[in-house]
Amino acid sequence: MTSSDEDRADAFFHALADSTRRDILRRVLAGEYSVSALAVDYPMSFAAVQKHVAVLERAGLITKRRSGRESLASGDVEAVRAVGAMLTELEDVWRGRVKGIDALLAQDTTTDTTT
Amino acid sequence: MPLTDVTTDLDTRTLVMTCDFPVTPERLWQVWADPRQLEQWWGPETYPATVTEHDLTPGGLVKYHMTSPEGEKFPGGWEVIAVDAPHRLELRDFFADADGNPVESAPESRVVIEITATDTGARMVNTSTWESAEDMQKVLDMGMVEGSTSAVSQLDALLAA
Repeated sequence: MTSSDEDRADAFFHALADSTRRDILRRVLAGEYSVSALAVDYPMSFAAVQKHVAVLERAGLITKRRSGRESLASGDVEAVRAVGAMLTELEDVWRGRVKGIDALLAQDTTTDTTT
Repeated sequence: MPLTDVTTDLDTRTLVMTCDFPVTPERLWQVWADPRQLEQWWGPETYPATVTEHDLTPGGLVKYHMTSPEGEKFPGGWEVIAVDAPHRLELRDFFADADGNPVESAPESRVVIEITATDTGARMVNTSTWESAEDMQKVLDMGMVEGSTSAVSQLDALLAA
């Protein structure tokens, strides 16, 4: 594991550990938004929303492009999937274990070795 | 599948799994308390576990290694924090060196197992918490995790505020 991987994981989780940023990400995954259009919906300053967008951008979860005077943000679906995959893979380990416990307990009734 | 609920929380890096089994809490407890039973389910199917030490008392250690299809051994262990048979087990899950001792720099997670009696048998709630995001990533990078499933369907739940 390289330190850049660690930095990336850290940036992901920091970016997602805030409900406003998660909300912004949900919206820009569905479509491209200008930062000013996003800002209208939150009870905070334009600058504050811009900061949230910047955190998401640094984590690689969204990309921005300029269109005239507007800055347009859109979500990077692949990057968001990567974060989800981290938790999902850990979940899979435990799913496998639960399946194993279930199989083990099922032997009680088929082999009559109940202890 | 006995699995009835799974929740993941990005903020606290916590995974909570609830499962119901048609057995008594006492019987379910044995899959943790009996090392021969534990090694039948702890490792992934292709990485069977061998338990070499099993002291399920507070401060006690449980040591094991998992063996890959190529024969490579991955040692690990638990430090038992609290035990209340047959209802509660709290442990620190760690990666170990060749002698079975904890590798301090390696990721670790805190696991709490709670078993309660239900109308149909026993319910087990497993709460796993990783110390940091890096710890979670390291667990994945160390190759302990087999396969990968698509997270697409879970994205929405994951991102729910």
